[in-house]
Amino acid sequence: MLNWIRQVGRGVIALLRESGRFATFVAQAIASVFTPPLYLSQLARQALSIGYFSLPLIGLTAVFIGAALALNIYTGGARFNAEQFVPNIVVLGITRELGPVLAGLMLAGRVSAGIAAEIGTMRVTEQIDAMTTLSTDPFKFLVAPRLIAATLGLPLLVLVADTIGVMGGYLVAINSLGFNGSIYLRNTLDFLESQDVLLGVWKAAAFGFIIAAVGCYQGYRSAGGALGVGRAATNAVVGATVLILATNYLMTAFFVE
Amino acid sequence: MNPKLALRGLKKAFGPKVVLDGLDLDLAAGQSLVIIGGSGVGKSVTIKCALGLIKPDDGQVLLDGKVITNARGQERQLALRQFGMLFQGAALFDSLSIWENVAFRLLYADGVGRAEARERAIETMRRVRLAPETADLRPIELSGGMQKRAGLARAIIAKPQIIFFDEPTTGLDPITADAINDLIVEMVKDLGCAALSITHDMASARKIADDIAMIHQGKIIWRGPAASVDSSGNAYVEQFVHGRAVGPIQAVV
Repeated sequence: MLNWIRQVGRGVIALLRESGRFATFVAQAIASVFTPPLYLSQLARQALSIGYFSLPLIGLTAVFIGAALALNIYTGGARFNAEQFVPNIVVLGITRELGPVLAGLMLAGRVSAGIAAEIGTMRVTEQIDAMTTLSTDPFKFLVAPRLIAATLGLPLLVLVADTIGVMGGYLVAINSLGFNGSIYLRNTLDFLESQDVLLGVWKAAAFGFIIAAVGCYQGYRSAGGALGVGRAATNAVVGATVLILATNYLMTAFFVE
Repeated sequence: MNPKLALRGLKKAFGPKVVLDGLDLDLAAGQSLVIIGGSGVGKSVTIKCALGLIKPDDGQVLLDGKVITNARGQERQLALRQFGMLFQGAALFDSLSIWENVAFRLLYADGVGRAEARERAIETMRRVRLAPETADLRPIELSGGMQKRAGLARAIIAKPQIIFFDEPTTGLDPITADAINDLIVEMVKDLGCAALSITHDMASARKIADDIAMIHQGKIIWRGPAASVDSSGNAYVEQFVHGRAVGPIQAVV
C-alpha cells in the first residue's frame, strides 16, 4: 500500500516538475518574441516550412473529412427526414471543430515532431551551445520564429481547410447525394456566421502556439544522442496532441457559454 | 597583474557524480594553456563553465578581474564577444552554407550586411586554408578536417581575445590533426589572443601549449611549461603522458 502511494506521489511530483519546466520555457519563449532582435530571415523560412509546405497535407485532410462528413450527416439525417441540413451541419462542423482540430493534429505530427527533431539534433551536436558562444540567443533565433510562424500560420491554414472541407462536402452532395449545387452553397453561406469562423481561427492560433512551443521545448531539452532526439520527437507529437485536444474542449466550452 | 581569465574554486556535480571539486585556473593574456586529463574528468565541463554554457554549483569565473559567473543580458554579451570557441565536432549549423556559418556572428549578432559578411568570411576561410569554392557548400559536404577549419574560421572571424578549443584534433588522421595544430598556433599568434584548449592528444598538447595543466578528480593537480611535461615528477602526469594502464589513475573500461 505504502509503495503504491509512493509511486503515485513520485508520478505527481514528476508531472508537476515537468509542467513547471514547460511553463518556464514558454514564458522565456514569449519574452523572446517581444524583445528585439527579430530574425526576419528565420521567420520567413519557418513560415514557408510550417505554413506553405503544410498546405497539401491540410488540403487533403480537409477535402476527405468534408466529404465523409457530408455522407455521414446525410445517412444520419435520413433517419429524421433531415437530409436537407447537410450543408448547414457540414459548414458548422468544419469551421467550429473539425477544421482547426484536424489541422492542429496533422501539424502536431508533421511540424511539432520536425521542430523537436531539428532542435534536438542541434542540441546533441552542440550547435545550440555554438550559437550561444556566437552572441546569438537561441531562443530568439530558433524558438521565436517558429512560435510566431506557427501561431500566425495555422489560422491561415485553417481558413484554407475550412474552404476545402466545405467544398469536399459540396462535391459529394452534388455528385452522390442529389443536392442542387447553387442551393447547397446558398444554404452554406446563409447559415454560416462570422463567429463560427472566428472560433476556429482563435482555436487554430492556440493550437499553432502549442505545436511550436511543445516541439521547441522537447527539442531544446533533448539529450542522449539519436535515442534522445527520437524520444523528443515522439514526446512532441504526444504532448502537442493531448494539449490540443484539451485546449479544444476548454475553448469550445468557453465560447459556447 | 590580473589574469585574462580566472576560474576560482569551481564546483560542479551532476547528481551524485562530482565533476569539478574546487578547480582553480589562471589564463594570462596571450598565453596558450592546454588542459589534459582522461575521459570524463571534467575537461569539457571546465570550459563550458568558463563560457557560461554550464552554471557551476559554486566558485567564480573572472574575466579581466570581473566576475562573470552569473552575468546576464548586456554584461554576458560583452563577455561572449571576447570569446571564440572551436567545438569538438565543429558544431557547424547544418541549415546554413559554410560562409554563413563562418560569418554567423557578423550576420546575426553584429548586424553586418550580407555582402560584407561574405567577403570577410571568405577572407577568414583563406586564412585557415579553406578554399573559397567551399563557401556555398553545406557542412555535410565537407570532410572532418575541413569542418574543423570552418569551425576555426568561425571562432576567429570576430578577432576574439580568448579562444577555447575542445579536443581540436579528435577524429582526425595524424596529418590533418598536425595541420590543425599548426593552424591553431598560427591563428593564436596572429591574433595575439589567449587560448584555452582541452585534449588528451599529447602530440597536440605539446605543439599548441605554452603551459600544460592536468586535471584529475575535479582539480588541477599539476601545471607547468609544455617543455617540462615529460619531467614533471608527478606520477599522475607521467602515467598520462606515457599512456600507461598501470599507475595511480584507474583506467575506465
